[in-house]
Amino acid sequence: MKHRTPTLDRRRVVADILRQRGDALVVAGLGAPVWDTAAAGDHALNFHAWGGMGGAAMIGLGLALAQPKRRVLVITGDGELLMGLGSLATIAVQQPRNLAIIVMDNERYGETGMQDTHTRFGVDIAGMAKAAGFRASGTVFGATQLKTWIPRLYKQAGPVFAAIKVTTQPVPMVLPVRDGAAIKLRFREALLGARAFE
Amino acid sequence: MQKKVESRGISHESRASIPWPDEVHRVLIDANVRQVGYVPDSGHARLIDLVRANRGMRAIPLTTEEEGVALAVGAWLGGERSVLLMQSSGAGNCINMLGMANELRVPLLTLITMRGHWGEFNPWQVPMSQATAPSLAAIGAVVHTVDRAAEVGETVAAAAQLAFNTCRMVAVLISQRIVGAKEFR
Repeated sequence: MKHRTPTLDRRRVVADILRQRGDALVVAGLGAPVWDTAAAGDHALNFHAWGGMGGAAMIGLGLALAQPKRRVLVITGDGELLMGLGSLATIAVQQPRNLAIIVMDNERYGETGMQDTHTRFGVDIAGMAKAAGFRASGTVFGATQLKTWIPRLYKQAGPVFAAIKVTTQPVPMVLPVRDGAAIKLRFREALLGARAFE
Repeated sequence: MQKKVESRGISHESRASIPWPDEVHRVLIDANVRQVGYVPDSGHARLIDLVRANRGMRAIPLTTEEEGVALAVGAWLGGERSVLLMQSSGAGNCINMLGMANELRVPLLTLITMRGHWGEFNPWQVPMSQATAPSLAAIGAVVHTVDRAAEVGETVAAAAQLAFNTCRMVAVLISQRIVGAKEFR
């Protein structure tokens, strides 16, 4: 299969997605998705992972099940998602209507020297999500296509999966808080109020 | 391709009047645990059935044990408590993710039925069984062991209190002496 080169700018994509977040809860998987999410604006209801590679989607599942009335977005990378492929099956079995998994797919391991990931060689993670049983799943290459997908990320009954192909163009690092307990407490306090400290 | 195996306890433990999985189920209800992640083990079969029948809980089968750690993190962020059920052979799969739970100070309660140490038939079970307690301790979990059926309920209750009151990872290792060594026929 001929390789199709990504063209979308990751910072613009994440900014466009998060502009419409409303009261959605956001989990950012480690590495570039964390910088993208931070660049779109600091927010107490962003959970930034600085480790736990392979776990972002499952963090999203636990959160979505605990907060069924809130939309939960997981914004992560292809390398991170590939390390937790089984979670697509686990999530699909639970069928959380409020969960969307969004992969910023630059086909690279971004933190370790931009080595190719499996998606660079044709591995179709959106296809895997669909086969697992996600209610909606697709790969997004262009701006027009992205425009039709953004409302789905928020409104389509989930679980929803979108692999958004983005370029490897260098972008400035934007670092949020890195203390894990502080991130956790800030998120819980914003979501649960005083109950966060029980 | 799976050979059907018969599981028969050769434990000499006298049966508690209430089976320990039922006691544990009650403990989890009292502790407000709602999300139950598991990779099934025959030692946990009864508890899994009780959870599946309990409409106040959600039984979540995992493809690998480490998913249950990340699940627990998400649940906690959302204000819910979870528990992770596994066999000792899956404990090693969790170590990386437990590092995350450690850094976050997210409570993590895991109940681990042990293979590989009491009357074990399958040699492949032995290395991870012997490594379970040391590797969990190395990543920062408090490890409790219990080898009497009558003490499982109170041990899990104490572990749950420790985990959720102090935001720590706590593992309860349930001896093979309790769950019985599998006989392969």
